[in-house]
Amino acid sequence: MSLSAQTEVGTELFSTTVAVDRARLVRYAGASGDFNPIHWNERFATEVGLPGVIAHGMLTMGIAGAALTDWLGDPGRLVSYGCRFTRPVVVPDPGEVEVAVRGVVGAVDAEAGTARVDLTVSVDGATVLGKAQAHVRLA
Amino acid sequence: MVDLSRVGAVFTGTPPYTVSRAKIAEFADAVGATSPLHHDPDAAVAAGYPDVVAPPTFAVVIAQRAESEYVADPASGIDFSRVVHANESFTHTRPLVAGDVVSTAVHVDAINERAGITMVTTRTEIADDGGAPVATVVSTLAVRGEGA
Repeated sequence: MSLSAQTEVGTELFSTTVAVDRARLVRYAGASGDFNPIHWNERFATEVGLPGVIAHGMLTMGIAGAALTDWLGDPGRLVSYGCRFTRPVVVPDPGEVEVAVRGVVGAVDAEAGTARVDLTVSVDGATVLGKAQAHVRLA
Repeated sequence: MVDLSRVGAVFTGTPPYTVSRAKIAEFADAVGATSPLHHDPDAAVAAGYPDVVAPPTFAVVIAQRAESEYVADPASGIDFSRVVHANESFTHTRPLVAGDVVSTAVHVDAINERAGITMVTTRTEIADDGGAPVATVVSTLAVRGEGA
């Protein structure tokens, strides 16, 4: 399936899950330069009132964005992408959480040559990103 | 207390950032971006890019580095132990690619206080070494007040 001017609004483009464990949080901290201890230090996280170590909101947003651009094939087709961080993603140790990402066509603008893709990002059935939307160029 | 008078301030003191193949590959691995265009320069060139392409949220690396000139300065009044990331958005004129040398201008677009929470919105304009726009990153932080 491709995303073109003929693609109908409401079409599901992809649905995938990504496992997030503490090792991935450390990897993202190093890759992004965001070393806030709430993302790797249980003692610190609980001291500031969190239920435990939480994922970087930007990691969750990044995972969802990567799922979309991997589906598109060409990351350069993404024009814009935004979201709100509505619910923290607690990452257990030991163990992992499954972040589920689903992309659905929200609007198609044939004249502009773009589509809006609405991303639903959830953990255990609860959405963790609000109004996660991307605008992408049509194929 | 967040200094409400900083709205409209612009920060350009962060040195230019050089986008590297290694950092793009690290970031792509961290967010699970598997496209060969992030990892293989030959594949990127075959797709029409000068070098490997950054994942869609990579610009946050550049933006957060630049935002720190404002938000990490004690004069901003932002206490980082009370900060939660509220929202983020990216608009790309073109994707970032390895070899880019980009500069940043961080604009303080809004500071709004309500119910003990102060929302601080910055807009980071990222431009290439010729001054051409590459991406805009808008970030809002929620800062809890002393009583909240």
